Amino acid sequence: MSTLEIDRVRKAYGHLEVLKEVSISIGTGDFLVLLGPSGCGKSTLLNMIAGLESITGGEIRIAGKTVNDLSPKDRDIAMVFQSYALYPTMTVRQNIEFGMKIRRIAQADRDRAVKTASDLLQITHLLDRKPSQLSGGQRQRVAMGRAIVREPKLFLFDEPLSNLDAKLRVDMRTEIKRLHARLGTTIVYVTHDQIEAMTLATRVAVMKDGVVQQLDEPQAVYDRPANVYVARFVGSPAMNIVPAVLEAEGSTATAVIDIARRPAARIAGISLSAEALRRYAGRKVLVGIRPENFSIATKSAASALTVDFDVVEPTGPDTLAVFQLGGVEVTARLPPRQARAGREAALAVDTSKIVLFDSETETRID
Amino acid sequence: MSASTRMSSRLAGWLPRIVVAPSLLVVIVTVYLFILWTGVISVTSSKFVPTYDFVGLEQYVRLWATPRWHTAVANLFIFSALFLALSTGLGLLMAILLDQNIRAEGALRAIYLYPMALSFIVTGTAWKWIMNPGLGVQKVVNDLGWTDFRFDWITNPDMAIYTVVVAGVWQSSGFAMAIFLAGLRGIDNSVIKAAQIEGASLPLIYRQIIIPMLRPAMLSVIVLLSYIAIKSFDLVLALTNGGPGTATELPSTFMFSATFRRNQMGVGAASAVMMLMTVAAIIVPYLYSELRSENNG
Amino acid sequence: MAEALSRPGKARLGRLFVYGCLVVVALLYLMPLWVMVVTSLKPLDEIYGGSFIGVPKVVTLDAWRAAWSEACIGTECTGLKPYFVNSLLMVIPAVALSTGIGAINGYILTKWRFPGANFVFGLLLFGCFLPYQAILIPMARTLGLLGLAGSIPGLVAVHASYGICFTTLFFRNYFVSLPDELTKAAMVDGAGFFRIFWSVILPTSIPIIVVSCIWQFTQIWNDFLFGVSFTSGSSSPITVALNNIVNVTTGRKQYNVDMAAAMIAAIPTLVVYIVAGRYFVRGLTAGAVKG
Ligand SMILES: Nc1ncnc2c1ncn2[C@@H]1O[C@H](COP(=O)(O)OP(=O)(O)OP(=O)(O)O)[C@@H](O)[C@H]1O
Ligand SMILES: [Mg+2]
Repeated sequence: MSTLEIDRVRKAYGHLEVLKEVSISIGTGDFLVLLGPSGCGKSTLLNMIAGLESITGGEIRIAGKTVNDLSPKDRDIAMVFQSYALYPTMTVRQNIEFGMKIRRIAQADRDRAVKTASDLLQITHLLDRKPSQLSGGQRQRVAMGRAIVREPKLFLFDEPLSNLDAKLRVDMRTEIKRLHARLGTTIVYVTHDQIEAMTLATRVAVMKDGVVQQLDEPQAVYDRPANVYVARFVGSPAMNIVPAVLEAEGSTATAVIDIARRPAARIAGISLSAEALRRYAGRKVLVGIRPENFSIATKSAASALTVDFDVVEPTGPDTLAVFQLGGVEVTARLPPRQARAGREAALAVDTSKIVLFDSETETRID
Repeated sequence: MSASTRMSSRLAGWLPRIVVAPSLLVVIVTVYLFILWTGVISVTSSKFVPTYDFVGLEQYVRLWATPRWHTAVANLFIFSALFLALSTGLGLLMAILLDQNIRAEGALRAIYLYPMALSFIVTGTAWKWIMNPGLGVQKVVNDLGWTDFRFDWITNPDMAIYTVVVAGVWQSSGFAMAIFLAGLRGIDNSVIKAAQIEGASLPLIYRQIIIPMLRPAMLSVIVLLSYIAIKSFDLVLALTNGGPGTATELPSTFMFSATFRRNQMGVGAASAVMMLMTVAAIIVPYLYSELRSENNG
Repeated sequence: MAEALSRPGKARLGRLFVYGCLVVVALLYLMPLWVMVVTSLKPLDEIYGGSFIGVPKVVTLDAWRAAWSEACIGTECTGLKPYFVNSLLMVIPAVALSTGIGAINGYILTKWRFPGANFVFGLLLFGCFLPYQAILIPMARTLGLLGLAGSIPGLVAVHASYGICFTTLFFRNYFVSLPDELTKAAMVDGAGFFRIFWSVILPTSIPIIVVSCIWQFTQIWNDFLFGVSFTSGSSSPITVALNNIVNVTTGRKQYNVDMAAAMIAAIPTLVVYIVAGRYFVRGLTAGAVKG
């Protein structure tokens, strides 16, 4: 069993509050990704889990045991750092062995552990090299090897891929995922790359300014973002957030959106709880539409929007078309060769995927 | 969790402070407490040994009434000004010349800098010999036929201080060169290329662009050389022993001879306090700005 | 056309000028060393008769022998030998102590920062720029009280104390550039304060250890003020003994012995400079705080 519970944890440097009552809890085998922009406190939280930073308030429990006052070595964790932090004067083997040596593990067991880990990571041929003689990806593997041989309850990764080039990053991402499937250890992983979060996580915690905005499965975070911030942070291109006025039409809602030099567009058939419908009818809301939820409308489509494309950016598999809607810039992801800049076009919207936000609190309306 | 692990992790938190404490204590005692102690002695009537009777600023009054101290202070100004100007100028010039893709740069740099490895006592001994009017430079030039040539600064009370300047510059200008050269090497080459493309001549580029960019190096050089100038002691002692008469007395030699040779410990302490205040006035703002910019950067 | 022709010519003239300047300055800088060497190799008669700068007609090591084992310092005619030994006995422990302590201080001030660590560093840093005249009297008194006055251990203590300021500065500036994640990784691996220092940090710091040792060696070997203030007679370091030899005023001045003595006093630091000049320069420029 290796659960992790972060219970109303706070961190302050003097008067500067870096983390404000963070609560996260995950089960054995979970892959938790802490996702957020630079400076939001991800590393701080990870260091607190590791025991490298003191905890100002709240409690952290690993496998049910409070670890607030335990030093890192007593927490049964292993950590992989952004800069890898390989000991520069030791060989790869010595790097991997160092922790075991300190724990006075017998030579034979150490050799066995080094062999297992280096086979798993395919670094056996590098064991006698110094870190300065390794490439970025190889260093990354060694750092992971150092963590693996600990057989910890909890793996901690602090932006482990951000120093690699784009291609290698994708490869190593797959590797980490495979490793997780293989070892089944609970992982906490820090990144500011939302694609890494989507691909790796079983649970994502989106953070901003030391506050957890949403904690959920990646697909749920993508489909049902808790607020406008999360909606914009997860997904690329970001979710379009368009101001509109809501009208009740039977049991569904219609969003009325201004379009420059044209009659207002109406997106009908948005499902909403009866209570929310009552509350927001006739009021301003923010409509969230993912770029891929637009499509070129067939002639007969009822709720089609007529728009003018300003810019068209082919990306290969599809084309991004940019246009004005409700006074903001909106991006649609369309099949290739179907959009032309400066042309008028009719677009359909998948209303089942639309998310509505309160225009003041910017939180999701259900 | 056990109480003992908690104890040990708390101890671990204090360990760094415990380890650094003895050094801190030593420095607090040998630097700050001793400064204070010197300050206290400077307001007592101490002569051969410290006596702790308060006499106010009497020793300072006596200090500033001593012609010898006035000579020392005047000499310090002459020496510092010339030493700084010449070392900085020469150092900058050599650094710029060395920065022109010179073939034997390593060897030349080593030659300019080796005096810095010598003791001032050695430097003083060597230059004393070179400037000896009877056997040194003067004699060589005289022997070459210029029989009227005179280079007797070292025995001439009006000129002797300049011999200290010559030896000091010889010893320290390489140091200025090293810092300037490091500064030059830190300048982005593309700036120079950009200026060249605009058609600026090399001297102009140096005057208008590069030398202004060396300001941090310049500041370091000036501060460190001032510090060397103020504490120069061995050089004077070895070269002229403060003479002829008191012609090359500096505050540093004044303090030493007042305290250890003339049994005027109170006056010596007062002069030491004056020296310290001069150094602090230069160094403290410098250190403050250096540390601050380091924290911001 | 004329311009195109003259440009390379002008450039060559410019380079000639640059090299000319550099070589002339280099000769001026070498001249005192040259004078010291040739004078020390000449017999006394040639010195009083010939030019001080010329090559010796007769080369003799008599002056070196005299300076090393015969010259009179005060009333004792032992040459520099015992004082050379004194300096060695002073410099080795003082360098080892100050470098070791500086290393661990630098480690603490960068990797185990505590509230007020910057202030502590500032306190130490000012010690680098202390004009030692300001502590001469109290130090003399304290050494007397501790029974260390006039002794080599006393000098070792003085040099080590003030050396800590410099060595802490060196090591701190070096360790600042080592990533903090290195210590964190070692902590997660279970290493403690001393283990991290010993197994992770120290092995990476060979260059700065060399810088610190060289700098401290040069400073302490070349020191005169502490030597002349806190020792006398047979316990003096070599710089003090050299100054005594040179300032002997009786009889015909033996300039060749003076120069040989100066060379003997200079050789250890010169050797260090020639062997490890790169590190010496780094120590020197690290004095400019950031280095
Ligand atoms: N020792 C400290 N003293 C004061 N503030 C600190 C300290 N360490 C971190 N902070 C502040 O805490 C906040 C969170 O830092 P943290 O390193 O956790 O960010 P992060 O989310 O990991 O960012 P990044 O993606 O850039 O690594 C930042 O605003 C940072 O300035
Ligand atoms: Mg971070």
